[in-house]
Amino acid sequence: MERSRLYPKHFALVLGVSMVLFIICLLSSLAFGARWLTLPELLEGLKPQQTDSISANIMEKRWLRTLFGLCCGAALGIAGVLMQSVTRNPLADPSILGVNTGAALFVVCGMAFLKISSPQEYIWFALSGATFTAIFVFGIGSLGRGGATPLKLVLAGAATTAALSSLITAVMIPRTFVMNQFRFWQVGSVGAGTWDSLLLLLPFLVVGALVAIFCAPGLNALALGEETARGLGVKTGLLRFIAAMAGVALCGSTTAVAGPIAFVGLLATHVIRLLLGPDLRFLIPMSALSGAVILTGSDVIGRIIGSPGELEVGVVTAFVGAPLLILLAMKAKVRSI
Amino acid sequence: MIMMNTFTLTKTTKTTDPIAFIRLGRILRRRRWVLVTGILSLLTLALCAAMLMLGNTIYPVRDVIAVLAGEEVKGASFAVGTIRLPRMLAGLFAGFAFGVSGYIFQTMLRNPLANPNVIGITSGSSAAAVFCIIVLQSSKMVTSVVSVIAGLLTSLLIYMLSRDHSSFSIGRLILVGIGIQAMCNSVITYLMLIGEEHSLPAAVRWLTGSLNGVRMDELPSLIISCLILVPIICLLGRQLMMLELGEQAARSLGVRTDAVRVMLIVSAVIIAAIATAITGPIASVAFLAGPIAVRLTGAGSANSIPAGLVGGVLVLAGDLVGQFAWTTKFPVGIITGIIGAPYLLFLLIKLNRRGDF
Amino acid sequence: MSFRKHVFQARDLVAGYDDRIILDHISLEIPSNQISVIIGANACGKSTLLKTLARIIKPKSGEILLDGQPIHKIPSKQLARVVGLLPQSPIVAEGITVADLVGRGRYPHQSMFGTWSRKDYEAVAEAMEIMRITDLANRPIDELSGGQRQRVWIAMALAQQTDILFLDEPTTYLDITYQIEILDMLTDLNRRYGTTIVMVLHDINLSARYADYLFAVRQGKLVAEGKPSEVITSELIKDVFGLDCTIIQDPISNSPSVVPIGRHHASGSIPAAIGGKVHVR
Repeated sequence: MERSRLYPKHFALVLGVSMVLFIICLLSSLAFGARWLTLPELLEGLKPQQTDSISANIMEKRWLRTLFGLCCGAALGIAGVLMQSVTRNPLADPSILGVNTGAALFVVCGMAFLKISSPQEYIWFALSGATFTAIFVFGIGSLGRGGATPLKLVLAGAATTAALSSLITAVMIPRTFVMNQFRFWQVGSVGAGTWDSLLLLLPFLVVGALVAIFCAPGLNALALGEETARGLGVKTGLLRFIAAMAGVALCGSTTAVAGPIAFVGLLATHVIRLLLGPDLRFLIPMSALSGAVILTGSDVIGRIIGSPGELEVGVVTAFVGAPLLILLAMKAKVRSI
Repeated sequence: MIMMNTFTLTKTTKTTDPIAFIRLGRILRRRRWVLVTGILSLLTLALCAAMLMLGNTIYPVRDVIAVLAGEEVKGASFAVGTIRLPRMLAGLFAGFAFGVSGYIFQTMLRNPLANPNVIGITSGSSAAAVFCIIVLQSSKMVTSVVSVIAGLLTSLLIYMLSRDHSSFSIGRLILVGIGIQAMCNSVITYLMLIGEEHSLPAAVRWLTGSLNGVRMDELPSLIISCLILVPIICLLGRQLMMLELGEQAARSLGVRTDAVRVMLIVSAVIIAAIATAITGPIASVAFLAGPIAVRLTGAGSANSIPAGLVGGVLVLAGDLVGQFAWTTKFPVGIITGIIGAPYLLFLLIKLNRRGDF
Repeated sequence: MSFRKHVFQARDLVAGYDDRIILDHISLEIPSNQISVIIGANACGKSTLLKTLARIIKPKSGEILLDGQPIHKIPSKQLARVVGLLPQSPIVAEGITVADLVGRGRYPHQSMFGTWSRKDYEAVAEAMEIMRITDLANRPIDELSGGQRQRVWIAMALAQQTDILFLDEPTTYLDITYQIEILDMLTDLNRRYGTTIVMVLHDINLSARYADYLFAVRQGKLVAEGKPSEVITSELIKDVFGLDCTIIQDPISNSPSVVPIGRHHASGSIPAAIGGKVHVR
């Protein structure tokens, strides 16, 4: 394969388009609300404001929501790339190690047995659920010869997700009040974000992104095959573990603060992969960018459609993303799964 | 020229005739298949009987047979005839249907994760059913009919989207299925969100899979479709075994792969869709029945019937456990899910030790 | 013993995948009751040619005739009684025993219910005897080594008892011992039953030794055909493989043997090669 160029084909074009979309999403997210802000009002609002005025308040809320969406989207995009590399499976979602279901189980149990009801409490339960589940799945997948091979991880993740889902339903069924509470957490929304939760998310995002970029060359080698990578000096077992844990941290923290958001991770990576190829040094940052764009864009669409309320982003992404994925599957040559 | 080799079949059976050696081996394997299928059938029968006899009041065999024969027995006629009999029949046939269809998908897609759920078919049924329950507040009958149609349409859609002019790509089918499943799940999430609180339990129960409240008049469609399609599936059993060898080998053996695949998929989808309409998607049965059956009978011959029987056993046993093991009654879908996944993890651990991956 | 003769022809074949054309107007006739080998560089189309002839790939134009009839008009099961194929990377069905797998090769000859007749048992036993795997009959296939598995797959193709057998790289990934063993067994088959064998082999020297007839393919075109002694010349090897070489006579089989000339280790005198006869100085 000729890879004599330093950057993937069309990189400049894709980067340019992404940045433009990014700005559009950013601005429209800021502009849209109970009422649309016109462009002059928006530009006015971007300047520092007196902290007391109503418009400053609104702007602050919108900035919060927008930044929240961008960070969650970026985190999910990077997590998607990491999990697909680790499992060598293009179907891998960031939550493939059972992260979302584990978080949900802990949240449901918290609601049912400990009667938690505030978002702050949800966050901690979700975070611990995600962590324990991921460690459990990774552990099971590592048993036996070969350590944590891609296939074993996928199967362990799927089995654990199935078991935990059943447990979740078992806890919910006799308790309608839990059903009632849970459905709001479960849908995944950017609107629930507070400055505190954003500050909680940021370190995960930053650390996760740095780890991902650091692992990128090694993961590139890993994609060539187990033996080839080892021959190039890559410590495959350690690399997989670190990359998986970074993915779990990114996805788990996002789920903890925003609820489980499906599909963004899968979609963002596939779009970029199709456009720019599989080199992770580009795939990782660009997936972060596209994840941010997709999530924020879906949020804006959700707010427009659901006005004056909102249509949660967790619902919109599938409708935006699935047709795109299907189109990709139809056009591209799909290697056997 | 020919060396007289002695072939050892078992400790007591040796032979020098290669044909006898092969034949004896086949007979032994056949015997195992028949034995396992027989035991599964007896087990199913026993569970059916238990479903009819056990309950708040335990009715003896005499009374149960009387009710089945059409006589009026005080108390028993209602409990056994109206409540337990349809429940038992639904569990039996739905379990059989899920088992068979799961086995077919797994064998054809050559993927142990394959089942009607994974490739998005039952999510179409579920989305339609939840819509009926929450938005239209329709009756059970309407919900059932709509969900069957939705399931069939969804699979048609998935099939058409994954078709390619040159070849049938399993990878594409899975991706498209996952895309459709995501959209359907999205719809379900949304509907659950906007629904009123009192309609939630019904929706959750439907989504979990349960034998509660099944009435006799709902059953004919399930029973008839099973009685028609299952024999067709069994007749195609040998072709399925050829498909298992891969596209090229199957075609070179003279199997019309496209036609056989379509017939098998359509049959599997129809029985899965109809079963889902009556009981909801019973998690894991479609997933588990196949591997369990294959491990019990040994691979090599078509295992549609054993897979169906295992499915029936799982559903009936799961329902009995759900009804009587605890004070709260749990729908069968939860029990099978909680049995299912640890079994799979056990499989994984066992396989991992053997180093298959 | 008189062997059944078939006339198997391809006329003006154009074939490929999706939009790519791989075979470019190929016409040939497979010599009946002989062993033919298709040779060529990687990705020249030899595997595609084999699969098209075996009716796995539908040609975009051109036709393939078996005894004068287009093979796409012959019902599948009927064709499968005459033409068999061993695919390149067969898929292992988990847990199946050797005898059952070999027995699946009898499908084209069996009725709908698949019960084994006396003939089926005989065919399976014979196939297993030829491939020397009879004692493995009741073992599950996942317990076998790669070489043993390959023999099982070939036995399945043999049990099909076809007059014409296509094999796509039957010896790749196997030790040299197994390669020779399998090629010898296939030769037994040809000499004993007159089975027409068409193979794709990657080893040019084994091809020259075992083939009665060669087809040389380059970039989707048939560039030469004939007996190995006529076809294997240093000009042809250069043309088809881009390799400089000299041809000597294989001292064991008297077939032409290719000796490559690389940039190193070319010491002193290079023997002159004239057609098939070689004078070694």
